[in-house]
Amino acid sequence: MPDEILLDVQRLTHVFPLTKKTAVKAVDDVSFQLRRGEIFGLVGESGSGKSTVARCVMNICKPRSGHIFYQGIDTCDPAAFRANRRMLQRTRQLIFQDSGSSLNQRMKVCDIIAEPMKLQRITPPRGSYRAEAMFQMHYVGLDAGYLDKYPTSLSGGQRQRVAIARALAMEPALLVADEPVSSLDVSIQAQIVNLFKHLQKEHGFTFLFIAHDLAMVEFLCDRVGVMYRGRLVEAAPTVELFANPLHGYTQALLSAIPIPDPRRERARRLAGFHGGELPAGGELTEVRPGHYVLREGGSAR
Amino acid sequence: MSELLEVKNLSVSFFTPEGEVQAVRDVSFSLRAGEVLAVVGESGCGKSVLCKSIMKLLPPAARIKSGSIAVNGADITAYRERDMRKLRGRLFSMVFQDPMTSLDPTMTIGAQIAEAVRVHRPEISKPELHTCVVELMALVGIERPEERMKLYPHNFSGGMRQRSVMAAALAGSPSILFADEPTTALDVTIQAQILDLLRDIQQKLGTATVFVTHDLGVVARVADRVAVMYAGKIVETGTAEEIFYDPRHPYTWGLLRALPALSRGRETLYTIPGMPPTLLDPPRGDAFACRNEYALAIDYEEEPPMFRVTDTHYAATWLLDERAPKITPPVGGGTDA
Repeated sequence: MPDEILLDVQRLTHVFPLTKKTAVKAVDDVSFQLRRGEIFGLVGESGSGKSTVARCVMNICKPRSGHIFYQGIDTCDPAAFRANRRMLQRTRQLIFQDSGSSLNQRMKVCDIIAEPMKLQRITPPRGSYRAEAMFQMHYVGLDAGYLDKYPTSLSGGQRQRVAIARALAMEPALLVADEPVSSLDVSIQAQIVNLFKHLQKEHGFTFLFIAHDLAMVEFLCDRVGVMYRGRLVEAAPTVELFANPLHGYTQALLSAIPIPDPRRERARRLAGFHGGELPAGGELTEVRPGHYVLREGGSAR
Repeated sequence: MSELLEVKNLSVSFFTPEGEVQAVRDVSFSLRAGEVLAVVGESGCGKSVLCKSIMKLLPPAARIKSGSIAVNGADITAYRERDMRKLRGRLFSMVFQDPMTSLDPTMTIGAQIAEAVRVHRPEISKPELHTCVVELMALVGIERPEERMKLYPHNFSGGMRQRSVMAAALAGSPSILFADEPTTALDVTIQAQILDLLRDIQQKLGTATVFVTHDLGVVARVADRVAVMYAGKIVETGTAEEIFYDPRHPYTWGLLRALPALSRGRETLYTIPGMPPTLLDPPRGDAFACRNEYALAIDYEEEPPMFRVTDTHYAATWLLDERAPKITPPVGGGTDA
C-alpha cells in the first residue's frame, strides 16, 4: 500500500491571541497530505508557522479550525482522540530542535530512552528496559558506554542521537522532527541527516522534517512544502521544486543557499522577496502533476 | 597594508578540576586594516576562546599561558582590566551568536544603542545623540529608524535584533569587529542579508572583521582570508580562493566535502569520521591523525609544522613534506554547473 495516506491535514488554522483585541494567525488555511513511508520537508523562515503545524499535528496545540486525520482518525476531535489515545501517542513521535532542553538533565541516557516504554506499559521485547535502551543506542550509532551518562556530558550531536533513539523506541509510524539539526555543526548535521535517511529506509516510518536549511532538505526529502507567513505557498516533489520554483518566496529562499565557491558566490545577487502580505483569498493550484502553488483567486488563473 | 592585529604563538588554557584544558594552542595570525578574516572549525575547537582572549573576556578559570597580542604595534597581552575597558568598543567590539541574550529585554532598542554611544562620547548632547542613533540604525539597514528606536527587542525579528546588536557594536567606530557565529541562530534568507551587511559595513567604514563560524559554506561570500582551526590550532590559512580552490589540509577537505551542496545527487552525505579530541589531554602528534584517512605514520609521532604553499597560503600537514606521497585532493576547484 504505497499510496495510502497516513496523515491528512485539512485547512488547518491556528491563532495565537496576543491581547484581547489582537491575535496572530500563525497557521492560515494549510492543507497537505503525507503518504505512508514518505519524507515530507516543511521549510520557511522563522515565524512562518512551521513549528505550529508540527505542534498541531502532535496535539500539543489545539487548532482554531481545520481537521487533521491520522490513519482516518480526526485527532482534533476530543472524543476520537480519547478513544484512540494509546495508539496515537505511541505511533506518533516528535523530535525537538534543542536536545539540551528536550532531554531531562537529571536522568541517565538509559532511563531517558526507556521512559516512553515504561509510560506506555510496553513489555520490552529484548528482556529488560536496559537491553532495549542498549539496542536503540546501537541502532542510532551510539556506544553502549554512554548508557549511564547524563545528557550534560554528551555533545550536541550525541544528545540529538539520544532523542532520536527515544523516539524510535516506540517504533513510530509517523516521526515529526522540528528543526532537528539547526543547532548542530555542519559536519554533525551531515551525520544526523545520513542517520535519518538510513533509519527511514530500515524502519519505513513516515517523516515530517521541518527545517530552514534548504540544502539538507534537498538531500533528504521526497517532497517539500514551503511556508510563508502561516500559509503553504508551494508544495512539490523535491526535484521539481528545486528545478522549477514558481512562487516568489521559494525563489528567494533558493537563492539564499550559499555556494561554497568564492568567485561565483560574490558575483551572485540575492533575489529578495518583498511580497509583504499575501493575497487573502489565494488557493493552492496544481500547475503540474504534484506541484502546487498558491495563486490568487483559485484555479481560474 | 599595515598589520592592525598581530597574534603570536598564543596559548590559552582553562584550569578545571579535571586538569588543564588547552583550548588554544600556539596560534599565530595577523589581521590587516579593512580585511575580513574567517575563522572556521567545529564546535569546541577554540575559535570563540580565541576571540574572547583577544578581547580579554575570558572567565577567571582561563589564562593566557604564553604568546603575545599586539594591536597597532602596541602589546596588549599584559593590559589590566582598566586599560582594556578603554580599548573595548573603540578598538574592537564583538557581536555574539544569540542576539536575544545580548540585548536587554526591558530597554528600547534606541536606548540600548544610545547607551553604547554615550559610553564612548559622554559629552554628547541629546539632539546629537538622537541623530547618531538614527544614523547607526540606518547604517545597519533598519528601515524607518525613527519609529523603530522606540520598540523593544521582543518586537523585533531575529535578523532585526542581530542588526541592532551590530549597530551597538559599531557605536564606538571600532577598527576590529569580532563576529562570533552571528548568523547561526538565523534562517537562510536572513543569514544572507546579515552576511551582505557585514561586507557592506566593512567596505563603508573600513572595519576589519574576524568572522567566526562552523559553516565553510557561508564563508565564501564574505571572507578575504580564511583560517581553519582544529583542536585549538590553526591548521590551514590562506585567501578564500586558495582555501576553496586549492585546499591542502585533509581537515579542510573534510569540511568542504561535508557541505550538502557538494554532495548533490549522492546517496549519503560525506561526514568526517570520529569525534574531535578532548583538549584536556591532546594526543601526541597531529591531533587530526586518527580521523584522517590520509594519515601518515609520522602524523602519530610528531606534530607537523606550517608548510608554506604560497606567500599567503600555509597548511600544517605532513602531506606537504617533500618526502610524502602525492595525493590528489578529493575536493577543490570550486563547484561546477
